[in-house]
Amino acid sequence: MHPAPSVILFTTLSGLGFGLLTFLGLGYPGVTGWVAFVFYAIAYALAVGGLLASTFHLGRPERALKAFSQWKTSWLSREGLCAVAALMVMGLFALGAIFLQQDWRLLGILGAALSLATVFTTSMIYTQLKTIPRWNMALTPVMFLSVSLAGGALLAGKESWAIWLLLLAGAVQLAYWGKGDGAFAASGTTMKTATGLGGNLGAKQSGATVRAFEPPHTGSNYLLREFVYVVGRKHAFKLRAIALTLGFALPILFLALPMENLLIKHLMAGFAVLSHMIGVAVSRWLFFAQAEHVVGLYYGKR
Amino acid sequence: MTELPTNTAKKMGLVIDLDTCVGCHACVISCKGWNTENYGAPLSDQDAYGADPSGTFLNRVHSFEVQPAATPSQPDPAAQLIHFPKSCLHCEDAPCVTVCPTGASYKRIEDGIVLVNEDNCIGCGLCAWSCPYGARELDLAEGVMKKCTLCVDRIYNDNLPEVDRVPSCVRSCPAGARHFGDLGDPNSEVSKLVADRGGMDLMPEMGTKPVNKYLPPRPKDQLEEQIDVLAPLLAPVTETPGGFLGWLDKALDRLPGQTSDQSSGGQA
Ligand code: SF4
Ligand code: SF4
Ligand code: SF4
Repeated sequence: MHPAPSVILFTTLSGLGFGLLTFLGLGYPGVTGWVAFVFYAIAYALAVGGLLASTFHLGRPERALKAFSQWKTSWLSREGLCAVAALMVMGLFALGAIFLQQDWRLLGILGAALSLATVFTTSMIYTQLKTIPRWNMALTPVMFLSVSLAGGALLAGKESWAIWLLLLAGAVQLAYWGKGDGAFAASGTTMKTATGLGGNLGAKQSGATVRAFEPPHTGSNYLLREFVYVVGRKHAFKLRAIALTLGFALPILFLALPMENLLIKHLMAGFAVLSHMIGVAVSRWLFFAQAEHVVGLYYGKR
Repeated sequence: MTELPTNTAKKMGLVIDLDTCVGCHACVISCKGWNTENYGAPLSDQDAYGADPSGTFLNRVHSFEVQPAATPSQPDPAAQLIHFPKSCLHCEDAPCVTVCPTGASYKRIEDGIVLVNEDNCIGCGLCAWSCPYGARELDLAEGVMKKCTLCVDRIYNDNLPEVDRVPSCVRSCPAGARHFGDLGDPNSEVSKLVADRGGMDLMPEMGTKPVNKYLPPRPKDQLEEQIDVLAPLLAPVTETPGGFLGWLDKALDRLPGQTSDQSSGGQA
């Protein structure tokens, strides 16, 4: 799949933002006043910024409101609704915390649940697609949720939790890659099932081989640009190492190092967040770039 | 609405004969021609006369090579070239419809045709992601999703002569490789064709239940001990001309200027 920067930015930033909102809603940290304002400003900048970035890849962004209508069947629609609901509930909760020094517990828990639901619905947009075996796995939502929670804990300053959640997210990430590498083969879709050729030329010839001889056109097209992205896949192993190191290993190290000085401690936490964000962005780039759409089979490509 | 109908009264669709398709791309061109002027936004091209042309098509023809396995009776079977037209299969369980967030994509209850209401489409592309067959293309000029309409503006069009009330691609195919009809009616011509020829689904494992069917190509490498009755008549009588022709040949060679050897060389 073509790794569109807008979509990578969206899933990285909004995942982090809604992760932070989840923790804020649960009362970690239970901040009020100015401190709360800063926390919520960061969370909203990430979540809303991510959502806005996602509209950049629309052909007709001016009609985006229509996307809220089909929640009965469409995960994209559900995601939109969850996101708006989460932002509204958490907005109300934030107002209470910032201006009224209030901690409306129920509202916070509801907001946290909606924030997590947003991350889940985002992941389901990808998970539901049978056409992309690498995404069509139960591990996909697990990965999105665990990364979002780890990032949220990191930003919320819940360091003891962040270490464990980062460990968990890193492990899930590894498992996702491991399982994903075999997903296309496991899906059973091949050029033979795509074309019905080879196996169907009469029972005698079931051992036939099929090969793409000529594409329908000499130039490129929407399908090839969008679904058959092979550039840079050969660096996948290195990029995975980078994603794992920056996204999970380094932040854990930054958090785990015993620091006496408070300033250095904060600085380290800042580094951890930055490193985590870059690592997750790299992992999301791989999430798209390595995802092979079955339509590539018609072009003899994957 | 993006909820799929549980059942459609008819299942209008195409039956594509991989045995007779000659790969002429007439259906590609006539489809583009009809659909760029009729239903919905035109099918745009980008850089049409430049170095990197591309454009929106609702129907494209691929070509595959099938190499049959060797058998005792056919130790050295010839490869077959199969031309493979592909347009929307108007799936019964169409994932492209249910993923659509706006309700722009829908499947008609009356005939099962899958369409896009372009006024509602936000061009998110998710429906194209969900289609296993590459049947949907986002038009770069309009920013909306385009797909085969089964020529819904022809097949019920009373302004056209009856013979033209079939999809443009079906009407234009010179090989009779595209058939149109109701695949929900077991007694229709197309259903009988599918039953006779062992019509198949593409990627059945995707669970999309395509309405369009493909008729498998027949094995072609079956003519054993071929007797060519014309061969003796076509064999060259002599390689080097003799008699009058031989004299003429030599005489011409002796003339100054280009000789027959040079003319076949690189001197042009
Ligand atoms: S072929 Fe593709 S676009 Fe057409 S109905 Fe099936 S899934 Fe949808
Ligand atoms: S591109 Fe248009 S038709 Fe396709 S899913 Fe998005 S809104 Fe629906
Ligand atoms: S039915 Fe019409 S729109 Fe569909 S491929 Fe044929 S000509 Fe194109």
